[in-house]
Amino acid sequence: MLRVESVTKRFQGLVAVQDLSFEIIKGEILAIIGPNGAGKSTVFNLITGTLKPTSGQIFINELDITGAWPHQVASKGISRTFQTTSLFDQLRVIDNLMIGYKWRTKLGFWNTLFHTPRWKAHQAETYQRAMETLKFLGLAEKHDQFVPALSQEEQKRLAIGIALVCKPQVLLLDEPTGGLIQEETDRVTDLIRRVREQGTTVCLIEHKMQMIMGVADRIVVLNYGKKISEGSPAEVQSDQAVIEAYLGGEVHA
Amino acid sequence: MFTKPIHTKLLYLAILAAALLLPWYVPDAYIFQIVTMSILYAVAASGMNLILGFTGQVTLAHGAFFGMGAYGVAIMTKAGIIFWLALPVSALIAAFIGLLIGLPTLRTRGAYFAIVTLCFGVIVWIVSGNWVELTGGHNGIFGIPRPSPIPVPFFGQIEFFSQTSMYYLSLAVLLLVLFALYRLVYSVFGLTFMAVRNNEPLADSVGINTYATKLISFVAGNFIAGLAGGMYAAIMGAVSPSAAGYMLTFNFLIFVILGGMATLPGPVVGAFAIPVLMEFMQFLDDYRMLIFGALLIVVIIYFPMGLVGGLRRLNQKVAARRQQKVSESGHASR
Repeated sequence: MLRVESVTKRFQGLVAVQDLSFEIIKGEILAIIGPNGAGKSTVFNLITGTLKPTSGQIFINELDITGAWPHQVASKGISRTFQTTSLFDQLRVIDNLMIGYKWRTKLGFWNTLFHTPRWKAHQAETYQRAMETLKFLGLAEKHDQFVPALSQEEQKRLAIGIALVCKPQVLLLDEPTGGLIQEETDRVTDLIRRVREQGTTVCLIEHKMQMIMGVADRIVVLNYGKKISEGSPAEVQSDQAVIEAYLGGEVHA
Repeated sequence: MFTKPIHTKLLYLAILAAALLLPWYVPDAYIFQIVTMSILYAVAASGMNLILGFTGQVTLAHGAFFGMGAYGVAIMTKAGIIFWLALPVSALIAAFIGLLIGLPTLRTRGAYFAIVTLCFGVIVWIVSGNWVELTGGHNGIFGIPRPSPIPVPFFGQIEFFSQTSMYYLSLAVLLLVLFALYRLVYSVFGLTFMAVRNNEPLADSVGINTYATKLISFVAGNFIAGLAGGMYAAIMGAVSPSAAGYMLTFNFLIFVILGGMATLPGPVVGAFAIPVLMEFMQFLDDYRMLIFGALLIVVIIYFPMGLVGGLRRLNQKVAARRQQKVSESGHASR
């Protein structure tokens, strides 16, 4: 459903992503792995419009979204989280989620100023959907709290929730368990599985191999901005190029 | 979703009653005039707060947009257009020029926007002092007529010759602006302003058109500034370049910051408290600016939400302590 076609991104002389093609298939959990600096986060930034590709194209359901603005990409049903947990930390938990749902509504300037019937309906719908998502995340009792009062894991969950509240088609997760201990990682992994079960396709970047192998249906491996392998966890694990990239040959300290 | 505790509501009601009864207990015409001016400054500062406090865009041209409203009403009413048409048209002109300024500059982030608006503010001030044919130059425009009476069925008409009537008109404008801001800010739509202020990349990624959001906030804020400026011209009966000056911008800025950024009562509290504070420090002459500067720094560091924010924190602490006492006594009785 989401297709990246021979995308290249150059920063001046440096090639961050080179001639990359892959597809995210509806209903799967796809993992993108690779050593530090392999260009994983850059791929997310290219898909979501934060960066414009130097060449190549990106399609969602055969619709070309190459070079679109981030808010336009979001309204095509592509949501994302950021590597460093990114939240609206001056606001309450529930506000964070209501902001995430706003583009689905008609809660604009005039409707809000004049409290039209449409405003009333959409405002209620937004609140309801936000509470529903909080229950899904297991954060319902914390809806009234401010973000800094949440634990690290709860903040990670909330970040996923902000991306999930608008019922996206594809959810891009950039290191959803980064900095969490094993127990917390397991809980977030379980959450990701449940996201897929309720119908959202997931693509995630992660470093924790054990977690990836357990959760992913397919894996794309990047090294120096190039795809060096793609396949099921078992296939990728036995791929000579992958083993070399991670262990052998050139080790960069 | 967004409700206030009952005692806060009562406090607002008391303030409203005091404001409505003001002409009966303020006998001094001079003080009365100052209060009326404070109301208009509160209106303008509330508009600035929408842009600066809620949306986080540092605009330093607010005085210029205030001036556009003032000169707009002055020029149009002198040309024979009735005040009731001149006022909204002037505010719309301020909003439209704001749109023209915002379109190129709101693409930039952080300090660039502040610098561009500061320059624009100074340019407007210089133009207002030198475009003699339109603005009367440094002498300004005199003899601006009062608003024409509004006919009311079965009642006669409401006239605007007295200071008292202009006071009530100003108060009505303030309440209307606060009501509109209340609706805008305490809603999902208002949350998008704060989302832009708090984390623009994240706001972008959850489907909010951050550029459009900033534009709406800037245009609406400038409309409010123009409205306040237009009222000012009608009440003073004269405008001069100081009504469009950058000093005015910095006054609004101080009202917003000391009163309480991103709070609705903040700019109003600021617009009333600061002139009183200034009056008390009159004996210090220009040195009072020194003290003011120090005060501003202390407030920004320790009370980022100003006077209103400080009061709210105190309120929460008292509530928390009361809660604790209740639960403690509950335990003791068991």
